[in-house]
Amino acid sequence: MDANILTNVVDALPQFDGYVYPNERTLHPLWSVLIVVYPYITGLVAGAFIMASLVRVFKVKVLEPIYRLALLTALAFMLCATLPLLFHLGHPERCFEIMMTPHFSSPMAMFGFVYAWYLMAVLLLELWFDYRRDFVEWSRTETGLRGLIYRAFTLGVTDLSEPALRLDARMGRIISIVGIPSAFLLHGYVGFIFGSIKANPWWGNPLMPIIFILSAVVSGMALCVFAYMFLCWARRITADMRCLDLMTSFLFYAVVLDATIEGLDWLHRLYSAEEGIEVLKSVASSKLFYTLLIGQACLGTLVPLLLLGTMQLIRKKVAELNRRRVYFSSTVLILIGVLAMRWNVVIGGQLFSKSLRGFMSYKMEFAGHEGWWLSLALVALPFVILTVFIKYFLAQDLPTLENVVPGAPPRAASPPAQA
Amino acid sequence: MSENITRRAVLKNLAGIVGGILAMPAARTCKAGVQNVLASSPAPAGYDPFQHKWLMALDVDRCIGCGRCVEACREENGVPEGHWRTWIERYVIPKAKPGSGKTRGDAIVDSPAGGEKGFPPLLTPKDDILKSFFVPKLCNLCEHSPCTQVCPVGATFDAPDGAVLVDKNYCIGCGFCIQACPYGCRFFNPETHTADKCNLCYHRITRGLKPACVEICPSQARIFGDLNNPVPDDPLQHFSANNTVEKLKKSLGTGPRVVYAGLDEEVR
Repeated sequence: MDANILTNVVDALPQFDGYVYPNERTLHPLWSVLIVVYPYITGLVAGAFIMASLVRVFKVKVLEPIYRLALLTALAFMLCATLPLLFHLGHPERCFEIMMTPHFSSPMAMFGFVYAWYLMAVLLLELWFDYRRDFVEWSRTETGLRGLIYRAFTLGVTDLSEPALRLDARMGRIISIVGIPSAFLLHGYVGFIFGSIKANPWWGNPLMPIIFILSAVVSGMALCVFAYMFLCWARRITADMRCLDLMTSFLFYAVVLDATIEGLDWLHRLYSAEEGIEVLKSVASSKLFYTLLIGQACLGTLVPLLLLGTMQLIRKKVAELNRRRVYFSSTVLILIGVLAMRWNVVIGGQLFSKSLRGFMSYKMEFAGHEGWWLSLALVALPFVILTVFIKYFLAQDLPTLENVVPGAPPRAASPPAQA
Repeated sequence: MSENITRRAVLKNLAGIVGGILAMPAARTCKAGVQNVLASSPAPAGYDPFQHKWLMALDVDRCIGCGRCVEACREENGVPEGHWRTWIERYVIPKAKPGSGKTRGDAIVDSPAGGEKGFPPLLTPKDDILKSFFVPKLCNLCEHSPCTQVCPVGATFDAPDGAVLVDKNYCIGCGFCIQACPYGCRFFNPETHTADKCNLCYHRITRGLKPACVEICPSQARIFGDLNNPVPDDPLQHFSANNTVEKLKKSLGTGPRVVYAGLDEEVR
């Protein structure tokens, strides 16, 4: 009798509604907020890189002030991209098995390689070729820890002759060209991790990788605008308005594309109305009301679209300060909107039972290893790393190529004689 | 050509062949050693998984929902509380309301504590019930198992004998397989911090015993056997011959091998 009462009470607990499989009756969804943060950070990497490659590959000269900033942003976030996954694993000490004994049919195993390729062969190489000349020059003028760091980063290659510099530029461009598909692959794979799960009607969807790539581009571009404006504000210099205008134009078109594809996804789901559509509709309109309809659709997409779209039309009539305000608020909204999108995908996909007969709930913990604090720390960590990068590699007091560091003095036209 | 056939070359080749033959047992031992290190299964030494093809069949009409199988599974495999390798669902299909234009009402499904302690009395009045039945659930032993497909390290795998196993000494605990299983058969074991699931009581079946749930079932709702080694008057053959069999969520293309007799369309 006691057992009966107990089981009835457990069944009547408010976090489950309708029938869910017994193994789905857990306190938290299996993939909780850490897995929300993971695709968010990875997406920011891919997007920031695409922003940088606009300068290198497509030779958009106006965007030069953010080239290095975008690359360093990508690197800072890249270094933290796997941390949420690592913290989430049941056995983090076995994580290298993914690389050592990969199972080739698993998207997650492939992600390990794409990640390693992207970090080692794309980002670090591109940054090195771009910075090599500066490292050599700075290592001659700087002393102490800074000098040591710059000297170490030259990797002993101190040749600043004309052909060597030409080779640097050429390599940088080639790596950028290789980098664009790599960036798409990186985040496409993250999307595929979800899109490949046919057991879950919310996730199993061929458009998922595309949606992830597009939202990644959007969020990464927004992050670059944000970082640039923040850096200018912190250094008390005026942002280059031509650069900002163009960046936000690109951002606007990226948002248009992203919103279109995501809209198409929903249209397709509603129109084809396959098994499970009722459950999805119910999740979208009740449990995800604030994050999907308000956060992602309205605040994260519609409002920025309207704001940035208006700026495309009447930019010349708006004062610079107001323009900057509009840009800044749009990018912040977009960044929040994409985070909401990650939440909706990851958490939303675990709010209904695979029996399609019931719903689960998720109340996030505050502390604990799947709680608010750790996730917040993991999102904040790349910004801390980026600050260190800016301090060392985008310093105002170091001479550099014209226009690549906000607020820095341009370097003398001819390179100093070789040592 | 003939110039190349020297005594030295022939001796060298011969030595190579002999050396190769001599090295083969050592290589085999190494291979077995590596396999032992890399893949641990509860099977005894000498068990050859290629000689068997295990299958479970479930007769819905025979299940009385007593929950003994769930209890036996927990006892036998040390399944932690709050998680299930097998469970029982109760389906209650009410009569259609007059004028609703339907043949039956909306199904009411429950599985309190996985049916382990039995089921509480029905809330629906007896006269309003069109039919009710119990459905035992377990790993569907899929032919194209989505769970093993997504495992990033291959810690969960399809054994040649039809069981889908998890190597808990190798699993990294990412939970991808749990997400990929459409049947909710997998769970995250809070004690081992790895994925866990029904392994057909691998430690028993590889020693000639039946899985605990099959052994204890008082109504023979669970039928277990080896398709490669049918016994006289094989229960599995008998089951297939005398029932219309059905499988769960066929549209997903997972190719479930577990078969059900008397399955209603409401069961997912």
